[in-house]
Amino acid sequence: MKIKITISGETVVKPIIAESILETGVLLNVSQAHFDRSQGEIVADVMEEHYEKVYKALSSRGARVTRLDSPIEWNEDECVECSACISVCPTKVFSLEEDYSLRVDKAKCIQCGTCVEMCPQRALTLINSK
Amino acid sequence: MVKKTIHEINAKIRDGSVNVVTAEEMVNIVGELGPEGASREVDVVTTGTFGAMCSSGVWFNFGHSEPPIKMQKVWMNDVEAYTGVAAVDAYMGATQLSESLGMDYGGAHVIEDLLRGKSVDVHAVSHGTDCYPRKVLDTSLSLEDMNQAIMINPRNAYQKYNAATNSSKQTIHTYMGSLLPRLGNVTYSGAGVLSPLSNDPEYLTIGTGTRIFLGGAQGYIVGQGTQHASAGMFGTLMLQGDLKKMSPDYIRAANFTGYGTSLYVGMGIPIPVLDERIAQATAVSDADITTSILDYSVPSRDRPVLRKVTYEELRSGHVELEGREVATSSLSSFKRARAIASELKDWISGGDFLVSMPVERLPGNTSSHAMKETEGVSFVSDIMSVSVVTIEEDASVYKAAKIIMETAFNHLPVVSKDNVLVGIVTAWDISKAVSQNKFDLVEDIMTRKVITARVDEQVAVVARRLDQHGVSALPVVNGGNHVVGIITSDDISKLFARRH
Repeated sequence: MKIKITISGETVVKPIIAESILETGVLLNVSQAHFDRSQGEIVADVMEEHYEKVYKALSSRGARVTRLDSPIEWNEDECVECSACISVCPTKVFSLEEDYSLRVDKAKCIQCGTCVEMCPQRALTLINSK
Repeated sequence: MVKKTIHEINAKIRDGSVNVVTAEEMVNIVGELGPEGASREVDVVTTGTFGAMCSSGVWFNFGHSEPPIKMQKVWMNDVEAYTGVAAVDAYMGATQLSESLGMDYGGAHVIEDLLRGKSVDVHAVSHGTDCYPRKVLDTSLSLEDMNQAIMINPRNAYQKYNAATNSSKQTIHTYMGSLLPRLGNVTYSGAGVLSPLSNDPEYLTIGTGTRIFLGGAQGYIVGQGTQHASAGMFGTLMLQGDLKKMSPDYIRAANFTGYGTSLYVGMGIPIPVLDERIAQATAVSDADITTSILDYSVPSRDRPVLRKVTYEELRSGHVELEGREVATSSLSSFKRARAIASELKDWISGGDFLVSMPVERLPGNTSSHAMKETEGVSFVSDIMSVSVVTIEEDASVYKAAKIIMETAFNHLPVVSKDNVLVGIVTAWDISKAVSQNKFDLVEDIMTRKVITARVDEQVAVVARRLDQHGVSALPVVNGGNHVVGIITSDDISKLFARRH
């Protein structure tokens, strides 16, 4: 499962991810990280059974942890199958079939939101988006 | 030699014996039978394209109110339409943005909403005259309520279009979509093998008056489009059609993040195969149509060409750029282009659509030139301040504060031992450090990611950069990242104050 870890500006300088991994012994597979002056945001994969442990370890260090269990929503009525989304997706969620229909493999989605901005028809949405 | 007339073909359309194929099917037919055999066999080749075409819009006639108004300004769902013509005529352009919703809603959305049967709020103002006394008008109108809703697109159906990429370090948002940093992706537009003008590049059958498919209805070619540049194979068409008869399957509003709105227009042109030359032209394939990949990170009219590429390569999903495979995406829908070519084929085969010869040919060998600018253009070097004061990264915060007080510069570029720019420190950074009781070195409090300018950049480009990053000064650097000056928003304000 995927989780989003939000770290406030004050905590950004502390190695809380490393500390949590050491404490719990649970490995986090980071698929995205974004930091700026105000906060840090990390998207990572963690096994379902370890979620509670990781949640406690990170929360106790001041991070906010949310489950990302809703991948990209594809509104087929709005979509014109232009395929603009294909080249911006880092995990190849989108592809074209033989007859140029769009295929969406939601299981691969890491919910980065890049395709949401790209889609000229606003046919892609993320429930958990910023 | 095969010679057919338009009347012979139309007679076959009427009696149901016409043979119509799409431009995609024609590639193999000419491959097998040769142009002569194909021109004997095939009577009409249909084309189609479905892409974002900004230069599109609709002329409305609203009907007269009681008492009547001569609209001086008019808005539809808060999007302004042009009404500098007769009393209740107005042109809604696809890219005009809503005054309240900004880039989320524009003229294209007004057009799509009307097409979907929704009503739009119409608000108009006027001086009031003896013949048109009314000064303000508010009403709600649907497409049915309009006397006319005539789509007139000044520039559609580009023969082909440039592909886009981005060599900078930031994502840029363009009318070619999001372009990822470091040549992260390539976007392109156009139907390639199905592109109407690419199937008749000599404009033998396509011209003023040609009957076409536009938005799901019959439309016509008005003539050459604006910026028609036939010499470079960048021909364009001006089109017209009746919005009331169109379908939202083929006319759709679009939003390009950071750019604004546009209109997806579906159109197709039938090409009557009168002789072998025309048959040969319609055999064009994706592999035969080349375009250029341009670097859109260069904010100039003349964007550098990174390489030439065929539509076949673009459509394969990736192209090679500087030794790497880069993913490509189309912004136009090939599936819908196919649907248009095939629907047009059905119309003609079913006897519902007759082909036509142009009453006037499109101009060949034209090119479109750049704008003549009569006001001088200002460069960073003209207005930057060269007496910039820098500070070393290992200097104390105290020293930085002292320099700011003594020189009245609010921004100090921070340089390394060998005078290379490594950061910037502002009066605000110092205040913040002091408030946190930190009095260490400049390098601990400086901003490391410095936005810079170059001496040879235009002030207009740099002004937008300041605005985009929310900063008020940019160090000006040379190729070696040495600071040669600083340009501030004050410098730019003064420049404009001088001009006006």
